[in-house]
Amino acid sequence: MIAEIGHFALILALAVAAFQTVVPLIGAERGNRQMIAAAVPATLIQLVLVYVAFAALTHAYLISDFSVRNVFENSHSAKPLLYKISGVWGNHEGSMLLWVFILASFGGAVAVFGDNLPPTLKARVLAVQGSIGFAFLLFIVVASNPFARLNPVPIEGNGLNPVLQDPALAFHPPFLYAGYVGLSVAFSFAIAALIDGKVDAAWARWVRPWTLAAWMFLTIGISMGSWWAYYELGWGGWWFWDPVENASFMPWLVATALLHSAIVVEKRNALKVWTVLLSILAFSLSLLGTFLVRSGVLTSVHAFAVDPARGIFILGILCFFIGGALTLFAWRAPALKAGGFFSPISREGGLVLNNLFLCAACASVLIGTLYPLALETVTGEKISVGPPYFNLTFGPIMLPLLLLVPIGALLSWKRADLFAVLQRLWIAAALAIGLGVLLLVATQRGPWLAPFGMALGAWLIFGSLADLANRIALFRAPIGTSWSRLVGLPRSSLGMTAAHAGLGLMIIGIIAITLWKVEHIVAMKPGERADVGVYAVQFVAETPLTGENYTGRAGQFRIFRGESEIATVVSEKREFKPMGTPTTEVGLHQTLAGDVYVVMGDKTADGARVVRLYFNPLVSLIWLGALIMFFGGALSLTDRRYRVGAPKRKLTPAGVPAE
Amino acid sequence: MRWFLLCLLLLAVPAYAVQPDEILSDAKLEQRARDLSTGLRCLVCQNQSIDESDAPLAKDLRILIREHLTKGDSDAEIRDFVVARYGEFVLLKPRLTPHTAILWATPFLIILAGFIVILRRRKNSGVPAESALSAEEQKALRDLAS
Repeated sequence: MIAEIGHFALILALAVAAFQTVVPLIGAERGNRQMIAAAVPATLIQLVLVYVAFAALTHAYLISDFSVRNVFENSHSAKPLLYKISGVWGNHEGSMLLWVFILASFGGAVAVFGDNLPPTLKARVLAVQGSIGFAFLLFIVVASNPFARLNPVPIEGNGLNPVLQDPALAFHPPFLYAGYVGLSVAFSFAIAALIDGKVDAAWARWVRPWTLAAWMFLTIGISMGSWWAYYELGWGGWWFWDPVENASFMPWLVATALLHSAIVVEKRNALKVWTVLLSILAFSLSLLGTFLVRSGVLTSVHAFAVDPARGIFILGILCFFIGGALTLFAWRAPALKAGGFFSPISREGGLVLNNLFLCAACASVLIGTLYPLALETVTGEKISVGPPYFNLTFGPIMLPLLLLVPIGALLSWKRADLFAVLQRLWIAAALAIGLGVLLLVATQRGPWLAPFGMALGAWLIFGSLADLANRIALFRAPIGTSWSRLVGLPRSSLGMTAAHAGLGLMIIGIIAITLWKVEHIVAMKPGERADVGVYAVQFVAETPLTGENYTGRAGQFRIFRGESEIATVVSEKREFKPMGTPTTEVGLHQTLAGDVYVVMGDKTADGARVVRLYFNPLVSLIWLGALIMFFGGALSLTDRRYRVGAPKRKLTPAGVPAE
Repeated sequence: MRWFLLCLLLLAVPAYAVQPDEILSDAKLEQRARDLSTGLRCLVCQNQSIDESDAPLAKDLRILIREHLTKGDSDAEIRDFVVARYGEFVLLKPRLTPHTAILWATPFLIILAGFIVILRRRKNSGVPAESALSAEEQKALRDLAS
């Protein structure tokens, strides 16, 4: 019964979404107040209906209702509660429902928090949101119903893929989707602005917080995925340039560009056409990501859909929204007035370069991901595009961008004095270069790229801090003055400093694990010791293991530094019910300086265990950096100008007072 | 990485990539073997190098590479040998051919195009009128600044 309520709510939501798309759009065109005012209740009703559907499916998972096909195929009664919940979106139908759930939430947020938006703009934004909701609800209702029943009712379910039974992986899809789908708000604002024919500082100020929120979710979602890969897959890799990863990375790159270009629109009323285009592209890449992952074009665990009809449906949605948006852009963009001239050496100029490099980097990821598909379709020739390609294209493109970050952040608007900026950065530059030289001398035999990368990361960190120190007159004024200045700084500027420094930390972590990783693969018997880097690892014993829905073997390992024992870790090999699918749990001893990473492998012929030992220096900085970038975003989101609200536009004659 | 999972599920052979008995005693040769392996695709796992893969086929290839290395073959010779056997698909770094020129060039052409657009825009817009201050304004500005 509850499943049927969910199904019915979805169909109602579809109808409401149609209303939400058509009525406010016509109302905004004709200046009809009632039709405009219909946008908000329609959005909220759609939200409630989608929530009901989502709750119904969650309920079916919680009570293990195997009469629902989706639950039968993806759940098992012995599964821990946590994975019963995450099972809701750990499959094709459920993940699409999560998609519209988040879309409806963002729509609702605009409806509720968008009080200061001009009513016509708000109506158009909500209408575009409604149209996206309509397309995906139609897809769910027609081709991907999560509430289909089974008769006769099976006694037990098939279980969730055991590699998905991990907290970080279970909860990274909601974050990723919140990022993907959050970009729909920027998209809707761009479409509304194109219909409206007006983009100004106020528009940018409304768009930016939504983009920032989406960017923050993407940042967390991507880093959770990579953190999971690092400790779960068991060979210490953290990023694989896998098409599914790329699908989430591309929107992140363009969203990052959009965040920066929206500042130019807001502060200087320039780059308007470009920013509108970026808003469209960012969400288009989200749609592309959804298509790549959900259509089965790339056959991986994430591509659950084997049915090509679904792929074609999503492709249709993709073509409609991207094609439609770009056509509208080509038609209406010339009407947007350009404004705000600036010299090439200025904050604006720096942000243009930022956008150029980020977009080129995104293009390298895009073409690297799609080229093998395209080439095979056109010529039948099969090639592979793997990590070496991305290292050779993405890497060199990011390099100048990273070098320019501290400089760009210090340039003044309109026209800047490059020499003065460099003067303010010389200490940071000297520290970074000093560190590089020191490392070069210390690691003569090591890869030369490593000291260079470390210096680059240090340059980003010191450069950001130098800017901050300058602003608060650190060491030049009494410490009390500096403190009150620090508190008085706009939070968006503190957020920028944090995000850029976080990026620097991340670079250091990436370079360290890539170039300084120590590996030791060895066959060990209980009691034996092996070295890895400055550490030694002793294989103590192995014991049988029984979990809630798996059995296996656990290996105990002692980690020594010199002669003193510093930690004990356990590496497990598990076999999951009901299929006996094997997984590995890594024994991980984490410190800021680096991780000792122990993986127990197979038995060899003479009864020893193959053990893979790694020392991954500074690797935590990758995720620490991502976390700091996230908090930088959060800090910026609480900036006074968003809390106080955007400056009111001049009231249009047809203006409706906000309620 | 998720390809790896698929691989894991399909094969259900719990083994991990390079095994101790495969490793060559000559550290330099072993390093070359590892570098070569990371550039070659595991054909059963799709998106994973043979260095990371636990598939039996990958293991065979790893051993084969090491045999060729100990015979004194160069990296290029070994790569050619593997390509002759399994096709271009096996290379994770596609070679520059007429068919892959677009792949390799596009990211850099975009940067080039971007710079050209930026430069042309500047030429067209000329000296912005709004930035030029009149003598009076200049004076007012100086007064303000002092």
